[in-house]
Amino acid sequence: MHPQSHSAKRLITGFILALALTLIPFAIVWTMAFPVELTFGIIALCALVQVGVHLHYFLGIDSRTPIENVLAICFAGVLIFLMVGGTLWIMFDLYERMM
Amino acid sequence: MLGRLGFDSLPFYSAIAFGGASITVLGGLAVFLLVTYFGKWRYFWDEWLTSLDHKRIGIMYIALALVMLVRGFVDALMMRSQQAIALNNDGYLAPEHFDQVFSSHGTIMIFFMAMPFLTGLINIVVPQQLGARDVAFPFMNSISLWLTAAGAALVMVSLVIGKFSTAGWTGYPPYSGAEYSPGVGVDYWIWALLVSGVGSTMTGINFVVTIIKCRAPKMRLMQMPLFTWTTLCTSLLMAFAFPALTVVAAMLGLDRILGFHFFTNDAGGNMMNYANLIWIWGHPEVYILILPAFGVFSEVTATFSQKRLFGYRSLVYATAVITILSFTVWLHHFFTMGSSPNVNAVFGIATMIIAVPTGVKIFDWVFTMYKGRIIFHPAMLFTIGFLITFVLGGVSGVLLAIPPADFLMHNSTFLVAHFHNVLIPGAVFGYFAGFQYWFPKATGFTLDRAWGVRSFWFWIIGFYLAFMPLYALGFMGMSRRMERYEMAEWQPFLILAAVGALSVLIGIFCQGMQLYVSIRDREKNKDITGDPYNARTLEWQTSSPPAEYNFAKVPDVQDIDAFWDMKQRGVAYAPAREYEDIHLPRNTGIGVFLGGLGFLVGFAVTWYIWWLVALGFLGVLACLITRSSQDHTYEIIPAAEIEAHEKARIKALEAHKPTPGDFWS
Repeated sequence: MHPQSHSAKRLITGFILALALTLIPFAIVWTMAFPVELTFGIIALCALVQVGVHLHYFLGIDSRTPIENVLAICFAGVLIFLMVGGTLWIMFDLYERMM
Repeated sequence: MLGRLGFDSLPFYSAIAFGGASITVLGGLAVFLLVTYFGKWRYFWDEWLTSLDHKRIGIMYIALALVMLVRGFVDALMMRSQQAIALNNDGYLAPEHFDQVFSSHGTIMIFFMAMPFLTGLINIVVPQQLGARDVAFPFMNSISLWLTAAGAALVMVSLVIGKFSTAGWTGYPPYSGAEYSPGVGVDYWIWALLVSGVGSTMTGINFVVTIIKCRAPKMRLMQMPLFTWTTLCTSLLMAFAFPALTVVAAMLGLDRILGFHFFTNDAGGNMMNYANLIWIWGHPEVYILILPAFGVFSEVTATFSQKRLFGYRSLVYATAVITILSFTVWLHHFFTMGSSPNVNAVFGIATMIIAVPTGVKIFDWVFTMYKGRIIFHPAMLFTIGFLITFVLGGVSGVLLAIPPADFLMHNSTFLVAHFHNVLIPGAVFGYFAGFQYWFPKATGFTLDRAWGVRSFWFWIIGFYLAFMPLYALGFMGMSRRMERYEMAEWQPFLILAAVGALSVLIGIFCQGMQLYVSIRDREKNKDITGDPYNARTLEWQTSSPPAEYNFAKVPDVQDIDAFWDMKQRGVAYAPAREYEDIHLPRNTGIGVFLGGLGFLVGFAVTWYIWWLVALGFLGVLACLITRSSQDHTYEIIPAAEIEAHEKARIKALEAHKPTPGDFWS
């Protein structure tokens, strides 16, 4: 791990971004500013960006990351794809059959 | 002040419940008094409870597993005896009590017998197989242990204060929701899972890092012993699957306590998403339980066939394939939900494909035995019993993987027979084999052979008697979890199953006797060499029990069977030219406190004692801050001390002169 990855500036930037990405979903649900589908979309987008923020600012993942760590993230990506993708497929399939 | 806790929470409503509570309380009291009588509290605290030594943590895990095995087995015995007599009558268990018994049986056997047992074996063995001196995060290891113990304590305390869940070990809503299960039972279940689940997640992370980062410098991944490989895959599964369980249990808790609607019938909830989420964890969990046992079988087969493992690479790849595939089959647990044929077909086929790598492994073990000089150590007996019995369970599993067949068998005793047929030989026999195999490594003396052989035969005969009738009963239409029935033709099968349970009881008694006899004769059965079976992997290079630091010098790995290779080259016991100081983690009680606080928080939420919940979380925070600000978390063992210890060992070895394979042959 290189020395900058735990610098205070980096951590604070990450913290502020993470906080903002948490507050946005709460705010749009609270105010009901957008239609339901768009709200879902924004929440999902915030969650994805949040993952990136955590990986980059807190775990120090960037272009200089060694290949093992990239592989580990890819493995996690595959599993998350299986779990989230599978869930969406199963539950939407059920939803259509219940209509 | 005390939430919903009151005098009516005590089990004075039923003689049987009161009996169970009394045994729990008296058992706890007996242990407390014995330790006090012998004045061993300080010893236990200093040497065991606060220890960060992976070997001691492993032994404590296994002790917990054995206690919970007895508790879970008593539940099984109660169910078998109830069903043996409950033809056209109520038997001796009230329906609500019977429901608690099967719920706690499943919960205990999975979370508090199997999980601690495999984690204990991993803890004792894996760092030694890697040539490492400890795990990557020793303090986190201690937290994992005590959180697991806290979860087990929550299940045990539900015997005495309040009642346990009646919703089965998977706790499906809407029945497990607040509307249909308003009592404390489901809350006990949720918090036992939450608290211990966090511990399991941390164990997973710990061993992934240990295996990737702490190997002896020359050991390549493809030189790791098979048990280490299966541990790596199991740890990955734990780290990725257990969060799903934590999330789903927390969501059910929010539904119950704060009136959320994740899984309720109305207000936009969807109970089937609960089934979906819990099995996203639940199916990998099956492989979390079975893969370490596969690792044990691999080590045991190679050692007691006195041959190199057949098809090492294929075993590694099969393990890795199972790891990935285990995340692609979870829907087969709820085929009857009514997905479209395409969904069912995909998950059904994925399920059948898992049988392929598993079959590869079976053949590898059989070919390892082929033309080997097999030693029938109890560990090997359990392995052979597994090979034969597990294939039957696997075949019934492939049958259940066909959705139309599953529609017929779903929730029948055929299913119960199937999963016991894979989990008892596939997991429990593996843990027993590992227990028999590594016992001398952990304690310094070997286990009595005769009682081990007896326990094996009573276990395996008991298993067949108890579960083969359930296959037949499933075909005859018997549902699982029935506390009474009206079909006279079922009863002979259920009586046979009860006889099987009694045989297993004798098997467990034999295991107790084996422990007693072995501890009594421990001087006679001392393992002086540290290598009682002329074995092949690095953990047998250390003394038995190993020194606190395992290896005085880092082993020089040049082969898959590293220790065997060293023995061939004549360098296995060569003294180091010079010894160095070794840094080891210093003991700390904070893991114990965190476990205690975990228990307190779980108990307090279950009973709605909110001030205690807040206090518990404050305590957790205080523990973490205290730990983070400690400076001296390591201690140094000076080189002189190590040198003296190692020289004494070499002297003892020379006096004993190990002759290869002199142990059981």
